[in-house]
Amino acid sequence: MTVRPRTSLKKIHLAAHFPGVNNTTVWADPRSKSQIDFSSFEHLARTAERGLFDFFFLAEGLRLREHKGRIHDLDVVGRPESLTVLNALAAVTEHLGLAATVSATFNEPYELARRLATLDHLSGGRAAWNVVTSSDAFTGENFRRGGFLDRADRYTRAAEFVATARQLWDSWTPDGVPRPFAHRGEHFDIAGEFTLPRSPQGHPVVIQAGDSDEGREFAAATADVVFTRHGSLAAGRSFYADVKRRLAKYGRNPGDLKIMPGVTVVLGDTAAEAQDRAAEIRRQQVSPQNAILALEQIWGVDLSSYDPDGPLPEIDPVADSGITQGRTRRGDTVAIAEKWRALSKEKGLSIRQTVIEAGARQSFIGTPEAVAAELDEFVQKDAADGFIVQPVITPSGLDEFVDRVVPLLQERGVFRTEYQGATLRSHLGLPDPVWRG
Amino acid sequence: MLHLSAAVDQSSAYDAGSYVDLARLAERGGLDFVTLDDTFARPGPDALAVLSRVAPATDRIGLVPTVTTTHTEPFHVQAAVATLDWVSRGRAGWRIDVSTTEGEARLFGRRYAAPADELWHEAGEVADVAARLWDSWEDDAEIRDRATGRFVDRDKLHHVDFTGAGFSVKGPSIVPRPPQGRPVRVVDATEGHARRTAARYADVALVRAASPAQAAAVRDQLRRTAAEFGRNPDTLRVLASLLVDLGDGEHAAEPGHGGGGPRQTVQGPLYRGGPVDLAELIAIWHADGIVDGFHLTPTEPRRDLERLVNGTVALLQHRGLFRTFYPGSTLREHLGLARPANQYAVTGGAS
Repeated sequence: MTVRPRTSLKKIHLAAHFPGVNNTTVWADPRSKSQIDFSSFEHLARTAERGLFDFFFLAEGLRLREHKGRIHDLDVVGRPESLTVLNALAAVTEHLGLAATVSATFNEPYELARRLATLDHLSGGRAAWNVVTSSDAFTGENFRRGGFLDRADRYTRAAEFVATARQLWDSWTPDGVPRPFAHRGEHFDIAGEFTLPRSPQGHPVVIQAGDSDEGREFAAATADVVFTRHGSLAAGRSFYADVKRRLAKYGRNPGDLKIMPGVTVVLGDTAAEAQDRAAEIRRQQVSPQNAILALEQIWGVDLSSYDPDGPLPEIDPVADSGITQGRTRRGDTVAIAEKWRALSKEKGLSIRQTVIEAGARQSFIGTPEAVAAELDEFVQKDAADGFIVQPVITPSGLDEFVDRVVPLLQERGVFRTEYQGATLRSHLGLPDPVWRG
Repeated sequence: MLHLSAAVDQSSAYDAGSYVDLARLAERGGLDFVTLDDTFARPGPDALAVLSRVAPATDRIGLVPTVTTTHTEPFHVQAAVATLDWVSRGRAGWRIDVSTTEGEARLFGRRYAAPADELWHEAGEVADVAARLWDSWEDDAEIRDRATGRFVDRDKLHHVDFTGAGFSVKGPSIVPRPPQGRPVRVVDATEGHARRTAARYADVALVRAASPAQAAAVRDQLRRTAAEFGRNPDTLRVLASLLVDLGDGEHAAEPGHGGGGPRQTVQGPLYRGGPVDLAELIAIWHADGIVDGFHLTPTEPRRDLERLVNGTVALLQHRGLFRTFYPGSTLREHLGLARPANQYAVTGGAS
């Protein structure tokens, strides 16, 4: 295990995730405000900037989820179009990076490269793009291209998409003269002239979130930031080592790619109070109706006659039922059902209690001092370069972290006390991309 | 009620500041809205993005970017326009345009260039599906009902199941219904291809006309066609669109302009003269019921917009012909257009 002298402590990078369209966002809390009013976005972005965060992050969803053939109604749903909101946020922030999740499947390189370059120009070099790939026909029903992309083609299209975007971003000369471009590949055959000069960052920051072997390789070859979900220190270290090791093959240095897991933080004045608050949040996240829904997603059949406070079903799950559309499948459902039944039996838990217990993904729970120490440990022990903090209350959910944890990270000498540069690349310590004319 | 609007187009401007300055200047003059043109065929930033950046830096003025419908995704376009309405708190418009050139088609590589009438038909379909998607969430769809654990009432979310000639969209939108219900749709109806689309779907039609007779004729035709589509023609605002060059003296109208009227040029009808004479022209055309207002494109952005606001608009305000403050807060309110009813909403309870 690497132990660094204090003088060479790694600096932590922080990002703020706007509370998402799923059941992690607690809407029933009296403090919960609009998911769509601009004031909510402004509040969270300003809070992140007050906390000297690297960037603000928006997820994407291109079709409302459906369950049992009807629009899913239990969780937060409805969101603005990301790039449009980020351009508006550029007006009310000065330093904060602005990251949009945008599909490489349901967009075209010319238009998206232009929208991202525009955000980079209008924000003075703060744009980032979280590249996601989608493959489902369900989402495709909202788009011209319709249908879907073979799973195997997702990353080849994404890789060609990013490479083409970078070619467009580099197409004008550094002194601002437009030049024609041409790209012909497996997925795109385009030519012409880009409408924008090279933007302040050269290339907006590219974020990648896939965890598969292909996803890791894509990240190592292409991304500036990886958004991961590894909860434990051990899992984080293993992922970190694996992804960083892949960089050399592409002529890149370990510092060229930042690894930032998405995390939740629950604070309390004592450890016990923090645990109580975390349990209460889990109860709010998993309403009785949500517990039955979670069960149906695993079992693949209607379970509405079951009592959320009663025992788990004895029947076995149905494979590939397609009961829920518009979210990632949950893997081997039979195995999950077995695990849940075992958990229920072992601890004597009801359906709702089992779902709460099994789904618990809160990462850091404790006093501000304990959380700051643990975050620092994750970074110094190479399980992460920083974190994407996911509050559960819109829009005030980040306030407490910024007020109570950020100062402690600063005291530990592992977080900035002021912004040093103007661009997101400078906050992240990423090299400026070389212009390839 | 006279309606005035201006373009904030600039060449080779990619920073936010210059656009913010121009929009604030127009807002100081109480204009209904500013437009920002866009095309994939010439250098320039994404117009909807620029006006989103302008939104928090302004309070009242309408923001109308051009967004083309030929190579873009209807679902993304409507979501972006709805979002502009959210971030501006009800001030969004959308100037609909098409991409006719082979050069633009090559930038996307998905389809060949097509004739303008075909593309304007498609633009109409995009305008239609956009309105359906804006309506796909009823205004009170979000219920946050703790007793039943439901965040939304799914009976108030609607699939649009739209099938056009070249695309289809399932819906509903990802964006809740925007503050104006439907952001204002603007179409330049000068060319014949665009006129039917304008008459059917536009809230504001722009007409590039050098003479009052020509403007009046197009307005009459637009209103007639709108009525044929079952619309109340009074829900369509027709604005004369002029290039303005206010570089000359206060009163001097250029010889050959026919007493200060606009003259046809390659770029469109151009008014060249002083701000006072422009105020006179606006007052006369409007008093005669020729148009509902004007859309003015400065040839020299900052200089002409300043003269327009400080000269022309000030004079019209002084004569009681134009508002001196914004009584409303949304673009629809500025234009005197009602917030549209939702086409999916069931009135009277039963569904």
